[in-house]
Parts: sequence; C-alpha cells; structure tokens
Amino acid sequence: MTALPPFQTLLDDHAADVMAVLRGAVGRADAEDCFQETFLAALRAYPRLGNASNLRGWLLTIAHRKAIDHHRANGRRPLPVAQVAEMAGAAADPEAYEGIWALVGALPPKQRAAVALRYGADLPHAEIAAALGCSPAAARRSLHEGIKKLRADLGGEPALGKERA
Amino acid sequence: MRAALKRLADRADAEGLLDVAYATTDSPFGPLLLAATPRGLVKLSLPTYDSDEALEELAHRVSPRVVEAPARLDEARRQLDLYFDAKLTAFDLPLDWQLTHHFRRRVVRAIHRIPYGQTRSYTQIATSAGNERAVRAAGTACGANPIPIVVPCHRVLRSGGALGGYGGGLPMKEALLELEGALQSR
Repeated sequence: MTALPPFQTLLDDHAADVMAVLRGAVGRADAEDCFQETFLAALRAYPRLGNASNLRGWLLTIAHRKAIDHHRANGRRPLPVAQVAEMAGAAADPEAYEGIWALVGALPPKQRAAVALRYGADLPHAEIAAALGCSPAAARRSLHEGIKKLRADLGGEPALGKERA
Repeated sequence: MRAALKRLADRADAEGLLDVAYATTDSPFGPLLLAATPRGLVKLSLPTYDSDEALEELAHRVSPRVVEAPARLDEARRQLDLYFDAKLTAFDLPLDWQLTHHFRRRVVRAIHRIPYGQTRSYTQIATSAGNERAVRAAGTACGANPIPIVVPCHRVLRSGGALGGYGGGLPMKEALLELEGALQSR
C-alpha cells in the first residue's frame, strides 16, 4: 500500500483541474458548490483510501458523481453557460469558448463528462474511463460521439437530416 | 480559487474533518511550520527542517487529513510573535503530545515545566523524568522534541553550562537563551 500524502498536496496539485472540469460539467455558477462537495467527500473518505496510485482519477471520479447529483437535483433545468476563460489553454477569445462550453453543457451526461475531462482537465482516455467507471473503449466512444455532436452543432459538419428536408 | 479553498478549510473544520491543520509563520530565525490537531499544537518544525517532510510525517503518524488552515493556528502564531518580541514569558496553548511516547514523553513534559529564563542540565531533566541514569536517553528525547520553542528544549544544557545541541542550530539556541536573559545568569 502506498502511503497517503498529506491531503493538502491533492488540493495543491488537482484543485484547479477539478474546478475546470466542474465548470465544464455544471457551469460556472454552480461549479464552486460542486467543488466544495467534491473535496469534502474526498476528505471524509481519504483515510480509508487503500490505494494512492491515482489520486487525480479518484478526485475526478468524485467530481463527476457530484456533477451528476447536481443535475439530478436540478431536474431538466437548462444549464447555465459555462465560462471557461480562466481555464488553462483558453484562447484569446473567451466568448467563443463560452459558446462551446454551453454546447458541451447540452450534451448527454456521459458525453459531456468525457469532453469536460478530456478538454477541461486534459485527461488521457484511461483516466477518463476510470473517472466515468467505464472501459477505455467506452470512454473513447463517448468522447468521439460528444465531439461529433459538437462539430455538428458548430456547423463544422452538416447536421444529419437537415439536407433531406 | 483562494476563496474557494478558504471556504473548504472552514467547512472541513466545522465538520470535524481537519485532523491536522497547519500554517507557517515568520520568526527571526526563518519560517516555522505549525500544526495542530483538535486537541492542540502537535508539531512545530524549525527552519532547519524540510516542511514537506514534516507534513509527510504528520500524514503518516497522525492522519493523512493534513490541510493548510491558518485560522486554527492564529493563537499560536500570536503568542510566538509576542515571545520573539520578548513580550511573553509563558505560552498558554493546548498541546497534543501524541508524537512522543514513554520515557521521551516524560522528558518533554519535564522540559515543558522549565520556567522562562532558567536552564536545566540533561541530568536534571533525566531525573525529573524519573530516571536519573538515563542522561543520554534524555538528550535524545530533547532532540526529538516535536514542539520546540513552546516546549523549551533550548533551556536544557550540559552539566557545567556548555550549550549541548539544538535541532535549529546552536546559534538559534544561544539567541533564544539570550532573548530570555538566561545566558548572564549562568
């Protein structure tokens, strides 16, 4: 068993990524509440955690569950626009990014989470799979479907069915 | 993000999840690391020691729920500031002795009773810890004191008055004794 590092190192190393993922998943306005819930849950469970080899994946798994809880609690309420200008890698035009993240917020839950984990937290497929509790292949599929849908929404590809009408 | 982390520390504290809260504070000798459990101050790490190692030791020996939460250490920091300004002669802080056991705990508790501005020999400390022959063990216990300054191991000298050792370095030991006016009286 790997010795657990001081909890503060999890905050130092991963708090920004968890916040970025949550902004993508639930929108800026609710991200902080989910952030608090995520780290309080992590802190509660931490001493009993048997394996310290993937703490980042563990935290993102909890964040993902908290985002799902949040969506369940809010029913089908439309998602607020995610503002991601502060995210690492955000380009000079934050408005364009906001538009994209609003579309991400409208994706089905698995696709939304996969896209947020991939582009919000820069996770590889294996870690997205661990966070979502599915196989890497399924994670890749969710991501692919999500990206395809986004491309269609953004007009990069003709949306299915439109041409026939 | 800083505000979010502050709120998190406050909520964790309110929920009893802050097993070890820590903060750093400035001193004339460099930054000190302070750590407290809900029972009291459990560790003071001198500038000569690596803070990361001290935090890892706390995670391993006390609880991995180690979080930077300066509010919990405000009173200790206040008293230390006054002490370094020679405006405080006795710390009034709850202490948690859990990092020291058996004979060593008796030694550090004996050291804790040495009044401000006075000194004792390692032999005297061994005696008040209940074993006058365990002078060497008493010296080792001084070196392993988890809460130096507050538990004033700098007030323990060799018989005859030589400084002996100090984890923070001998110049620091000498400066603390000078601050307390203990060097002239020897």
